[in-house]
Amino acid sequence: MINALKWTLLDTLTVTKRNLIKYTRSPQLVIFATIQPVMFLLLFNYVFGGAIRLPEGIDNYIIFLLPGIIVQTVLFGSTQGVIAMNDDVNKGIIDRFRSLPMSRMAVVFARVLADSVRNAFVIFLMVVVGIMLGFEFVNGVGNGMIALLVALLFSFTFSWISVCIGLFAKDAETAQSAGFIWVFPLAFASSIFVPVDTMPSWLQGFAENQPVSLASDVVRGFAVTGETGDLVPLLLWLAGIVVVFMMLAVRLYNNSSR
Amino acid sequence: MVDFGETVALDGLNLQMKEGEVLGLLGPNGAGKTTAVNVLTTLLRPTSGTATVNGYDVVEQSHQVREQIGLAGQFAAVDETLSGRQNLEMVGRLYHLSKAESKSRAKDILQQITLIESADRPVRTYSGGMRRRLDLGASLMFTPKVLFLDEPTTGLDPKTRRDMWQAIRDMVDQGVTLMLTTQYLEEADELADRIMMIDEGALIAEGTSDELKRQLRGDILEIEIKDKSNLDNAAKLLTEAGSFSSEPEVDQALQTIRVAVEAGIKDLQVALKLMEDSNIQVQHVNLSQPSLDDVFLELTGKKPAKVEVEDD
Repeated sequence: MINALKWTLLDTLTVTKRNLIKYTRSPQLVIFATIQPVMFLLLFNYVFGGAIRLPEGIDNYIIFLLPGIIVQTVLFGSTQGVIAMNDDVNKGIIDRFRSLPMSRMAVVFARVLADSVRNAFVIFLMVVVGIMLGFEFVNGVGNGMIALLVALLFSFTFSWISVCIGLFAKDAETAQSAGFIWVFPLAFASSIFVPVDTMPSWLQGFAENQPVSLASDVVRGFAVTGETGDLVPLLLWLAGIVVVFMMLAVRLYNNSSR
Repeated sequence: MVDFGETVALDGLNLQMKEGEVLGLLGPNGAGKTTAVNVLTTLLRPTSGTATVNGYDVVEQSHQVREQIGLAGQFAAVDETLSGRQNLEMVGRLYHLSKAESKSRAKDILQQITLIESADRPVRTYSGGMRRRLDLGASLMFTPKVLFLDEPTTGLDPKTRRDMWQAIRDMVDQGVTLMLTTQYLEEADELADRIMMIDEGALIAEGTSDELKRQLRGDILEIEIKDKSNLDNAAKLLTEAGSFSSEPEVDQALQTIRVAVEAGIKDLQVALKLMEDSNIQVQHVNLSQPSLDDVFLELTGKKPAKVEVEDD
């Protein structure tokens, strides 16, 4: 039992290392991880900054925007794992792994872990750029760090969904579109970019309670407003998603064959 | 590169291997070769029936099975962004060798598969043949009890194929038990101790290369006639003699008559006597065993795969 745990851990680290080497050697992924989120941050800040009615107590849009856009970036970032996972299936790498006497959980865990490391780097980068644009941790740096941890936990959770789509999709094109499309309504019908009370009432019910809004509210709460009442419902959402999609991912991995 | 979609059923295929043996699983595309390998390497769960590798059940003891085997596939399953060395070291670690063991074993194998000079280049810069060799090398990082090679040379050019055969022979010399699938008769003939021909998931013939060839009764006698004008006359004489097992076939261009014979040397003597009695000069004679191609054609009614070359 202890031995199995040890090998699961070591195998996961071996494959994670390989996944990270792949990320650093693949230019489009580096661009996705760096230039695109920074571009989003700049565009939203300067294009929408003047037009959005801010909640009381926040006088600078960047302070409202940054926590939300971090959540948005790691949400979209987690979908990169779909393509990487699917690529491994199509190139026969998964068959190679599955024929080795290694842990049956390591490959999917390693995918999620590598994507989390990548997202941690992106979060760091966004905070640095945000601070240059005038962002500050209004609620204190300590709570700010908790906010970033929540964002990371959120990215870890959504990576499990991506792993499942990547294992399930029949080919790269399907993976590309299926991996991405479901994220849009979650990202935009949320409190990431605008306060939910500016939306039509029929949309508010969904927008207020879905996990992306909750994540954006909680991250913003710890970093800026101090309102962290949504933490428990958020953690329940995340735990539910992780349990369901982790089991599904391990199952899909064990039954996948080209 | 899609060859799933329709999963080929194995139709009561019964298969056994002895230790140290090289078994060739020969059959056309879609015959069920890959399905058989996937079941035995635990990649695919059989819907019915059982299979054991080195005594371990592929379903109930799949982890133990994976500790016994190495697999190199038709589609070289190596990581393109990693270097050759990184690929091997990673596989070594996943076979649970220590870091140092993985490193030294990877180095030995890179030497064995003659990739040591390209070891630190990313695999995406490798040719098709180099990738196959690396894939083969990966399956050897941990000396497997049974090695499975699924169409190891499909799509390779003839020279690369011969290099690959040499690499496989070197491994076999080290005593590994090998199951090889191929659609090329020549390859099975060249490498396998024992050949199982399968078609549509079922066994159609089994034996050594020689045994299979003997299943086509008799030999092929070829007689080249010196003077072209005597060719038809000679064929007529052979037909009239009536003692051969097929109608003579005349090849005008090569001035050759081809006929199947049962009694080998004796029939050869009869034929030559016939020619001599009619003053027909014979340029050349050849008595040969049928090729595996002939066996394949006879058994399946299909022509075997022709060698195709991959643009790479």
